[in-house]
Amino acid sequence: MQISALDTTTSPLTAEQAALLNQLVASLSPTQVAWLGGYLSGVAGYTQSLLGLLQPGQNGMATAGTLPSPSAAASGAPEVTILFGSQTGNGEKVAKKLQSAALAKGLQATIQDMGSYRPTMLKQATCLLIIVSTHGEGDPPDRVRELHSFLYGKRAPKLDGVDYSVLALGDRTYRHYCKIGKDFDARLEELGAKRIHDRIDCDVDYEDAAQLWIDGVTALLARKAGPAPAGAAPQGFALGAMAAATTSEYDRKNPFMAGLLERIVLTDEGSEKETLHVEISLEGSGLTYQPGDSLGVFPTNSPELVDAVLTASRLDGDATVTTHEGEGGNLRELLTQRYEIAQLTPDVIEKYANFGSISELQALMSEDRFDDLQSYLHGRDLVDLLQDYPLDMYPNDLVDILRKMTPRLYSLASSLEACPEEAHLCIAPVSYATYGRDRFGVCSSYFARRLEDDGKIPVYIHENNYFRLPEDPRADMIMVGPGTGVAPFRAFMQHREMLGHEGRNWLFFGEQHFRTDFLYQAEWLQWRASGLLTHLDAAFSRDQDHKIYVQHRLKERAGELYEWLQNGAHFYVCGDESRMAHDVHAALVEIVMEQGRLSAEAAEDYVNDLRRSNRYQRDVY
Amino acid sequence: MAANDNQHGPPSDMERIKETSNYLRGTIVESLNDAVTGAIAADDQQLTKFHGTYQQDDRDARLRRQHKKLEPAFTFMVRVGIPGGLATADQWIVMDDLSVKYANNTLKLTTRQAFQLHGVLKSNLWAAIHEINAALMTSIAACGDVCRNTMATPNPDASTIHQQVYEATMDIARLVRPQTNAYHEIWVDDKKVLTSKDERPPEEVEPLYLKHYLPRKFKIGLAIPPHNDIDVFSQDLGMIAIAEGDRLVGFNLVCGGGMGMSHGKPETYPNAGTVIGFCTADQLCQVTEQLVTIQRDFGDRSNRQHARFKYTIDDRGIDWLIGELNSRLGWQIESARPYAFESNGDSYGWLKGIDGAWYMTLFIENGRVRDAGDLRMKTGLRKIAELGLCDFRLTGNQNLILGKVASSNKKKLQKLLDEYGITAVQSTSAARLNSMACASLPYCGLAMAESERYLPDLMTRIETMIKEAGIWEVPITIRMTGCPNGCARPYLAEIAFVGKSPGHYNVYLGAGFTGDRLNKLYREGIDEETILQELEPLIKHFAAERLNGEHFGDFVIRAGYVKPTTAGLNFHD
Repeated sequence: MQISALDTTTSPLTAEQAALLNQLVASLSPTQVAWLGGYLSGVAGYTQSLLGLLQPGQNGMATAGTLPSPSAAASGAPEVTILFGSQTGNGEKVAKKLQSAALAKGLQATIQDMGSYRPTMLKQATCLLIIVSTHGEGDPPDRVRELHSFLYGKRAPKLDGVDYSVLALGDRTYRHYCKIGKDFDARLEELGAKRIHDRIDCDVDYEDAAQLWIDGVTALLARKAGPAPAGAAPQGFALGAMAAATTSEYDRKNPFMAGLLERIVLTDEGSEKETLHVEISLEGSGLTYQPGDSLGVFPTNSPELVDAVLTASRLDGDATVTTHEGEGGNLRELLTQRYEIAQLTPDVIEKYANFGSISELQALMSEDRFDDLQSYLHGRDLVDLLQDYPLDMYPNDLVDILRKMTPRLYSLASSLEACPEEAHLCIAPVSYATYGRDRFGVCSSYFARRLEDDGKIPVYIHENNYFRLPEDPRADMIMVGPGTGVAPFRAFMQHREMLGHEGRNWLFFGEQHFRTDFLYQAEWLQWRASGLLTHLDAAFSRDQDHKIYVQHRLKERAGELYEWLQNGAHFYVCGDESRMAHDVHAALVEIVMEQGRLSAEAAEDYVNDLRRSNRYQRDVY
Repeated sequence: MAANDNQHGPPSDMERIKETSNYLRGTIVESLNDAVTGAIAADDQQLTKFHGTYQQDDRDARLRRQHKKLEPAFTFMVRVGIPGGLATADQWIVMDDLSVKYANNTLKLTTRQAFQLHGVLKSNLWAAIHEINAALMTSIAACGDVCRNTMATPNPDASTIHQQVYEATMDIARLVRPQTNAYHEIWVDDKKVLTSKDERPPEEVEPLYLKHYLPRKFKIGLAIPPHNDIDVFSQDLGMIAIAEGDRLVGFNLVCGGGMGMSHGKPETYPNAGTVIGFCTADQLCQVTEQLVTIQRDFGDRSNRQHARFKYTIDDRGIDWLIGELNSRLGWQIESARPYAFESNGDSYGWLKGIDGAWYMTLFIENGRVRDAGDLRMKTGLRKIAELGLCDFRLTGNQNLILGKVASSNKKKLQKLLDEYGITAVQSTSAARLNSMACASLPYCGLAMAESERYLPDLMTRIETMIKEAGIWEVPITIRMTGCPNGCARPYLAEIAFVGKSPGHYNVYLGAGFTGDRLNKLYREGIDEETILQELEPLIKHFAAERLNGEHFGDFVIRAGYVKPTTAGLNFHD
């Protein structure tokens, strides 16, 4: 079996329960396991429905946070979003004036800086009032760039039903006077939005013209809204609730061919890594997910490696092959898309050994040679096997011994609340050299090198009900996510921000270098500035003589951290299992011992209680 | 006194920051300790200016890092003002070391006789400033709403007067230095433990500035005729040394100079200061104190673009200023004495002082000390400093004087200058020798166009025309800045390029060669090719019809290319 034995940290079971179950599972045949799986899920459904936890149509754990109540009955006053973007602060001044004027007329208006506005939120807007300046020779200011290019990019949303008006700030002495304001004005109309007030262009002395525009749009909106109802409370975001019951035709068996939206190398020049941020469109798939879930991805193998396999096996890539499953295709295509060739597994060794009657390999399969088998597998791929033990075979023989391509799982780094119909991933590159060849992780190199800008990615949603936001929106969270382990916490923060969860949030991040490797740094800092993130601590292992890791930072903050735990905080860990998660666990127990003045045993109990009450959750790999 | 009846609007946000900073402490210590950002808190970014350091970021990397969801590549500029420009060889060595350890391995010699380090990371900032102080230098008041580094002619050839003027310079520098202990607590004390919450000092901590400091920066400089190398007319308060023989008798007072303006805002303008009278050498500190406090009490604290001394004066008139000064002094300043300037540039090469020692003035293009190709200026100057045979004098034109060299040591220094390629770059056109550029991109947050990185290339193209016209040896002051704020004093250059947008400059012509008259806008927002097309006929015309000894700035006015600017108020006419 490939599944590791259960223990108290990888399951919600007690040590005794885990031991019993391990013992039972070890004695079962595959058929018995399959039957038991079905039986247990039936039991789960029954138990949960008894507890009233299961929502109609929902087949997992009930974990969706409480959704905000629908906004008060529409008074006819649209929610006005004032979006400003300028280099100098003039835009913000005008935006604030406009907001005061709007509020004075009983309108509801929120201000957003384009630099921190998520372009995907445009879809949710009802009335956009835009104040934007033009920089240099007709360029958008830095903080406007992202939104501007979004509107002109392939993700530009349909804006039917959105009202808007634009105030353009500029300087008449430049050739492209107010160009960016004109761009916005024209582009919003193209996207289906309705201009409710003509654009006004302002020169360096913008104040009077801006006032004209403010008076004009607020009067117009006030007329449209009619008299404000008495006691109308300001409304929060009435976000549309990802219907938990949404079902999709796409799953692991039938992955959705998703479009690539964006691919960014997050690490800066000079880094020893090239960590990727990838944005994928789920539009039209019906796929939904919750923070904590993963995206399953079916990658392709690299053409170089496929060529090496063909050379080593002396087979023709154009040969037509029909597999056991009745799939047909040419060999090269099948090796590229359908089979694992970048890593070796015992089943492949066994089949190959038996096919060629290779006694040396067959000997490796005996139980007492387990360590030798592992050491042969480590760092080798199919090419090594074919070179080490050459055989004559037909194309069908080769594919028959191979393992089907398994999907790779990546923790989702986005929340649908903030990024509707999108899936964001954070991907660490994997590359190493063994036995004289450079080797690359199949999926990370697929995203980094082989996937074309307009390529399609076979994906599905992999639920992870053991890594979920606290059900109580007021509960505090401590998140430990070094490296790409930080991905799900980005989703958590987006989610909590959008739903207005009040619980405090504390992130521990770690990487090699502050300057180049601080994944999503700008976003964490913005969340800290907005108050969503109460504390942000980071450990950069290679910025000083001695190595500093997240567990060291945890210990430095032991006192406050323990206070948070005592106060009901949830503790999350995501990332490398072998070293990091282990060290963080040890640090957690140590902190509880020291701060709670507990024995080692009592501290373990304390941490186990956290786990059992779902307050200590891990997503480690 | 800060709250007075002279204000036309609510105080600017900067006034709040100063008022609530507990005499410039703010939350600087907390900001330095915040390890997850290379930046400091917004208010602290204003306050650290008073401590001589600016937060900047690498603008070349800005968009790239934004795309990568990283904060900008924040670094700090650290400015070390050297009153009168006089530094020791040991101090040069310390600055050279710091530039290697903490900065980008270059030193910038500024237009105000200061050293600048660029590219210092927040995590190194404390160590850098701490070590500066250990070498008996300081960065305090190098920026901010205070009197900045006090400038003086590092005059090599009239050393008896120079000594007396240097003493006056140091007296003024001491007088105007902020008295708050904040700087010492934060940067000099070995333990970084104090925070803004600690015990508050008594209110009378700043007798000159009070708790709001000045409305805006205030620049003071002392010139020794015939040298106007500190551009005395660009200073908020300038002093022109008046000597009788070997004896310094006093100073003419020049008020209201200042360079800064904003594009598209004609209510902002550069100004050349006005000579308002004379005081004796022993009256100078008293007069300085009163002029500074007049600006402190009357300067505009609402609109920072109207807060320099020049606007305070222009709003009320010179007679008001003299009246207010006399009334505060309780006596009358005298009428100005005659004086004559020859140039606002530097005189290059070896010169022998009256003291019998030798002085070597070196051209440092745009004040940037670095090694590049055959020119290993930084290493060469370091080697010279290690010999310990001279002092290091920063000029107001971004240049360097190796001072007080004994005749017997001249050859040793010359050998090193030759060896490291420094001698070779001294032979260039007189126009280049009279050129200056501010730092601008990539670090300066105000920059709209390239300056220091670009002027040398533009000069090469201009030199081609100059050579063809046969005026290689004719000095022309040429200055470039990346924005209109005027760090390289562009409005006092015979030809000035002021950045408007990437690759585009406003061209100004017609300032006085001695630094006594502002220039005038000639062409707006033009690119390199257009600049060269516009300049070529002017340079040819100048070469052909130049009167004996006539300077380019005077010629373009005589020939009618631009009207003379007679006062800041008609700069835009």
